Amino acid sequence: MSEVLKVRNVETMYGRVMAIRGVSLSVREGTVVTVMGSNGAGKTTILKTISGALDPFKGEITFKGKAITGLDPDVIARTGVAHSPEGREVFALLSVKDNLMMGAYCRKDRDEVARDFEKVLGWFPVLREFLDKQAIYLSGGQQQMVALGRAFMARPSLMLLDEPSLGLSPRLISEIFAIIKRINVEEGMTMLLVEQNASVALPAADFGYVLETGRIVMEGERDVLMNSADIREFYLGIKADSARGDRRWKARKTWR
Amino acid sequence: MTGLSFADAIQLLLVGLSQGCLYSLIAIGLVLVYKATEQVNFAQGEFMMLGAFVGYQFIVLWGLPYWLGALLTLVFMGGFGYGVDALVVRRLTGQPVFTVFILTLALGIALRAVAGIVWGFGNYSLPDPIEGNLALGPVIIGWSSVLAILVTAIVASGLYAFFRYARQGVAMQALSLNQLAAFYMGIPVKRLTSSIWAMSAIFGAIAGLLLGPVTLVSTQMGFVGFKAFAGAIVGGFGSIPGAVLGCLLIGVTEPFFDIMFPTFKGIGAYLIMFLVLLIRPEGLLAQIYAKKV
Ligand SMILES: Nc1ncnc2c1ncn2[C@@H]1O[C@H](COP(=O)(O)OP(=O)(O)OP(=O)(O)O)[C@@H](O)[C@H]1O
Ligand SMILES: [Mg+2]
Repeated sequence: MSEVLKVRNVETMYGRVMAIRGVSLSVREGTVVTVMGSNGAGKTTILKTISGALDPFKGEITFKGKAITGLDPDVIARTGVAHSPEGREVFALLSVKDNLMMGAYCRKDRDEVARDFEKVLGWFPVLREFLDKQAIYLSGGQQQMVALGRAFMARPSLMLLDEPSLGLSPRLISEIFAIIKRINVEEGMTMLLVEQNASVALPAADFGYVLETGRIVMEGERDVLMNSADIREFYLGIKADSARGDRRWKARKTWR
Repeated sequence: MTGLSFADAIQLLLVGLSQGCLYSLIAIGLVLVYKATEQVNFAQGEFMMLGAFVGYQFIVLWGLPYWLGALLTLVFMGGFGYGVDALVVRRLTGQPVFTVFILTLALGIALRAVAGIVWGFGNYSLPDPIEGNLALGPVIIGWSSVLAILVTAIVASGLYAFFRYARQGVAMQALSLNQLAAFYMGIPVKRLTSSIWAMSAIFGAIAGLLLGPVTLVSTQMGFVGFKAFAGAIVGGFGSIPGAVLGCLLIGVTEPFFDIMFPTFKGIGAYLIMFLVLLIRPEGLLAQIYAKKV
């Protein structure tokens, strides 16, 4: 399987603050890759750097074999990257229908767009009754569905998903992640998913990275990570038998 | 209101309406740019003035047929508006709003100076698009005023349809609601933003071509932009229907105000703005939804 996305040694600054420090990762076609990390680890910064909203200070990003480093975000989107941003960022005063159709703004294949539109409504049937309603009147979960559907409507080669679980109830989280997995399996959609919530992200992924203060500190196949004691304790919240509260995982240096 | 017959009142009403329509055309341009970019183009009145001078160049100085000259004026001004954004304003994205405020203010002053150097600082007449008057019984109104009302109605309803049904129109709304998300959708945000500036310059130029025959073309005519500004504020600034409504309100009351209080001629527009803001600080048709921070 070929690599759709390759990020090499990327550093991104906010003014003089370096938010990500030499991040390298790659995403193979058809897989879901997750980047897990806590608040402020730099997850959003990574996605914004890939989609062109931020320009990296250093490093290189290749997408489908072409360098996209430093291009404008709309240009990158048109090459096949669809970014579903943190906090959903739906077009508040546009109808749900227009929101979804904006995802397909650059597509010319009207019939295919109509079919994908039906597909999205099939995944998120609640949206059907809100099609003519302004997106601002939807609940957070429904807005998340709009954001995901909108990103899918671009029929991208890669979806970037920024914390789709943010602010949702556990039940809704599992519903939405089930759909994310379905989009991956049924449509063969490649995804880069960043999450604080490792216990939902990791099971949905094929490969995972752990990000801490702007550095990747651990990576591996899902099953390897799922069985790692550090991941279990600090990201999945499963206490090891002999765990003591003050045992700082950094001190163990298993991933440095 | 002694001495003002019913026919006179209707007459004033129609004159005010057509004047209000010209304010509306300018105000629509202001609001379009504001909604798209959260920037206020203080040179909008000067865009109108420039449109009138360019029309004067084509139609009077070069003697082109009226409608051809008018069309060329709109094309030229469209290009001008596009260029102002693409070459100047766009480079200031990310700078404080204040920077753009000063920039457009300076642009307005520069345009007045340039127009004066190129065409002179006098008053120049521009032909009426349609000669003659329409007589409705005792009420007589110039065909050009009727045209102003019609053109504004067409522009306003055309814009409504464009923003509602056209793909680019919806995309312009999208980028004004959430610019970054619009970028993420692959919407060509920069090109569309410049197109919005082009549209707003074209509407300004239409107003200039229609106002030119009435007030004469001069470097000072851009100051009418302040009344459009007042109208847009009365309407809530973020809303196109609101701006049109506010401008019509100002246009219609102005002639009555000037007749009743001749000593205060010309300040009616601002008094209305003041009154509306006292009663409804958010404007007549304020956006229901405040952008989250
Ligand atoms: N606009 C900004 N200006 C300055 N610093 C910023 C800005 N945005 C983020 N940062 C800093 O960069 C670091 C990484 O932020 P980022 O938003 O990428 O984290 P994150 O992993 O997405 O966090 P969260 O889980 O809370 O969304 C943080 O330390 C943050 O304080
Ligand atoms: Mg984040």
